Amino acid sequence: MKTICLYFQVHQPFRLRRYRFFDIGTSEYYYDDYANESVIKKIAAKCYLPANKLLLELIEKFGDRFKVAFSISGIALDQFELYAPEVLESFRRLADTKNVEFLAETYSHSLVSLTDAGEFSSQVERHSERIESLFGVKPKVFRNTELVYSDEIGSAIAGMGFEGMLSEGARHILGWKSPNYLYTNSINPDLRLLLRNTGLSDDIAFRFSRRSWDQWPLTAEKYVKWLKKSGRNDKVINIFIEYETLGDHHPADSGIFEFFRAFTEIIIGKNEFKFSVPSLIIQELQPVDTIDVPYPASWADEEKDLSAWLGNDMQNEAFNKLYALRELVSKTSDNKILTDWHFLQTSDHFYYMSTKVFTEQEVHKHYNPYESPYDAFINYMNVLSDFTRRLKKLVGSEESRMLQVERLLKEKDELIQTLQKRIDQLQETAPVMVGPVGVEENEEPGKPALKESGKKVTGKQN
Amino acid sequence: MFGWEFPPHISGGLGTACYGLTKGMSHIPGLDVIFVVPKMWGDEDQSTIRLLAAENFPVRRKYVEMQGFLKEMTFLEIHSRIMPYMSPEEFAKTRKKSRTGTSVYFNTDHIGKFKFSGTYGPDLFQEIANYSLIARVIAEDHPFDIIHAHDWLAYPAGIAAKEASGKPLVIHVHATDFDRSGGSVNPAVFEIERRGMEIADKIIAVSNLTRKTIIEKYGIDPCKVVTVYNAVDPAGDQDGINFSKPLNGKIVTFLGRITLQKGPEYFIEAANKVLRKLSDVHFVMAGSGDMFPRMIKHAASLGITDRFHFTGFLKQRDVNQMYRMSDLYVMPSISEPFGISPLEAMQSNVPVIISHQSGVSEILKHAIKIDFWDIDAMADAIYGILQYNALSRMFKKLGKTEVENLKWENSALHVKEIYDEVLSQ
Repeated sequence: MKTICLYFQVHQPFRLRRYRFFDIGTSEYYYDDYANESVIKKIAAKCYLPANKLLLELIEKFGDRFKVAFSISGIALDQFELYAPEVLESFRRLADTKNVEFLAETYSHSLVSLTDAGEFSSQVERHSERIESLFGVKPKVFRNTELVYSDEIGSAIAGMGFEGMLSEGARHILGWKSPNYLYTNSINPDLRLLLRNTGLSDDIAFRFSRRSWDQWPLTAEKYVKWLKKSGRNDKVINIFIEYETLGDHHPADSGIFEFFRAFTEIIIGKNEFKFSVPSLIIQELQPVDTIDVPYPASWADEEKDLSAWLGNDMQNEAFNKLYALRELVSKTSDNKILTDWHFLQTSDHFYYMSTKVFTEQEVHKHYNPYESPYDAFINYMNVLSDFTRRLKKLVGSEESRMLQVERLLKEKDELIQTLQKRIDQLQETAPVMVGPVGVEENEEPGKPALKESGKKVTGKQN
Repeated sequence: MFGWEFPPHISGGLGTACYGLTKGMSHIPGLDVIFVVPKMWGDEDQSTIRLLAAENFPVRRKYVEMQGFLKEMTFLEIHSRIMPYMSPEEFAKTRKKSRTGTSVYFNTDHIGKFKFSGTYGPDLFQEIANYSLIARVIAEDHPFDIIHAHDWLAYPAGIAAKEASGKPLVIHVHATDFDRSGGSVNPAVFEIERRGMEIADKIIAVSNLTRKTIIEKYGIDPCKVVTVYNAVDPAGDQDGINFSKPLNGKIVTFLGRITLQKGPEYFIEAANKVLRKLSDVHFVMAGSGDMFPRMIKHAASLGITDRFHFTGFLKQRDVNQMYRMSDLYVMPSISEPFGISPLEAMQSNVPVIISHQSGVSEILKHAIKIDFWDIDAMADAIYGILQYNALSRMFKKLGKTEVENLKWENSALHVKEIYDEVLSQ
């Protein structure tokens, strides 16, 4: 029996507003509220709400026999909360059925796994907490931004306590191996790997509504035939796609929803297939091998590497300048700064700077607010310049406040020490004077001594 | 082929384009070009005399072998006084000057508006008429298959040649009067342009922007108008490799005729915004034109002339020098049919900002494009390129390759296809 693993990625960035260089130092607000709200509302109406409704219907109809997995970035959750709470509510209803699994991500949908282990784990933790508080279950399987994976990232994720992780079944990773089995991380074999079936996923994600495709139109029957055609001993076919595929990338009138419903019904009607979700699959199946991925891979474009985000000088400069601030950020607990820090890390900002837009126009243009990658870079760097300025100012003032406190403490310490010395001296001399005699005699030598030390202290303070 | 200027005497994009195109054509087997160009003789006094005794227009035939041309080209130079980029008014002024013995500025770049307020000089139109007369003679004397006329001064010549020979006419629109005048079109020029477009069998536009103007403003059938983009000649050896900048800090350059069409005031406004934020940067406005004095006054009134410089007219050698000095080139043209200069800047490893209102923006990817009126966007782009080094690095790397792929051979092939199509009709 082959397992079908359906996983949907949900993410939308906080798009930056047009931030000119003369805004640096004068405006601390970076986001295009209007664009963000309208994009979220538009996609909610075209995709999230109708697609969630469809999934709920299918689950109500087929019960345990239909299962899907999601990962929703923290940034997307933030935006649903702000602009479309009904979307959040519909995801909650899906969660209540227990047939939907929510995977862990980086909160900011960032590429931090490539550069900073500490920040990476804190973002993952933050996201897991958010998912648990929203949907009641702590994620056991991790899915990195854009399916970025390498041996090291996998081992770091295992170190955070995750049991499984998703990755791209890229040809340069797999070689002769098939993505349709369970694998393990090469450093830590406890971490199970589910690999995306590139061809079958892209048939739906990119080619479904492309009329120039020789297989157009794609029917559910035809698609299931392809699933059957895969190796006889194949264990799991991982179909990982962006959720926006349903209704947004392929509009409703392309028949994508009908396709999806029919596909589900056919699969459930056949004994040779079943639906499952990552956390169950990694327990049910035995891994067949380890996978070596020394250099990070992703699910993007033809190359399945990082070139869409970190492929040119502009992207690298922006990325390095951003993460150079990590140390400073860790010194502050200012809420506004931390929010911006998270929003600025979102991978989309770097994606917009890709010069690959000129060759791979279609995919790179989804809700891209910029006319050119150069435009995207200038805007981002202006924002980053202002953010850096604010951060330095804040940390600077926090540090100077700390210095002030330290100096004050030091002065107090010195004062205490001089007083202590005085007391010691007095105690040394006291037994000589204090005898069986009365208290009156004792007062005389004590008084001038106290006055003296008092004067000394005030003198010092001046 | 009827043109109005050809190297070494070129004063603008048209001469460069004619040169590049014919050079590209020389690489096509079975295609021979006779280039007819009106030319002033070198000695002004003499020419004045000859012109006054203008019964016979002498035609000088030359067979020129030019560098980079694969074959010899026939050159016909007509003795005429037509000067490109000169309004009828300017033309009259220049002629008067030359009669009185002062020198004629061949290179004066004044284009200006064609203000026909009763004082226009009829001479220019007379010259155009003369040019077309000779064109008729040439058409009768020389064997050829197709006539190709560049821009409005040459249209009447093209028409005359067509009438004399019955051969098809292709006109090449490098600019229209809508571009030159910034909206206030000279009706007489418009009429010449419209007539040329109507009689032509095919019209070549240098960009879709120009094609649109031809269709919309001149009412020409869209099927008749084809876009063929210009290209750029490969950069030759640059002298003075160990060239050092005379100024400290970065240099942002505007280079072109200082006329309404080129949008110089937007450049000054954007410079003003940038200078308020950055201290270590200089702006240069190179070129001359009718708006020159106004621009100086404008910069002075903003109080930025300590870091905003004017060079006046630059010779080709100085132009190359200027490019090499620059860290950024800005072309904020209000209406630029094509615009070769950004390509030249990119050849010199200079990043460019160009306006959407230029034909060249239709083909360039590795340039920042802004609307000419959007001073904020322009200032922001300037600031970005100066401040964030990765940008310049990217532009230098990708821009140069991009420009190197724009070859005149390809444009020439495209033109040849149009010829074939016209001849087969």
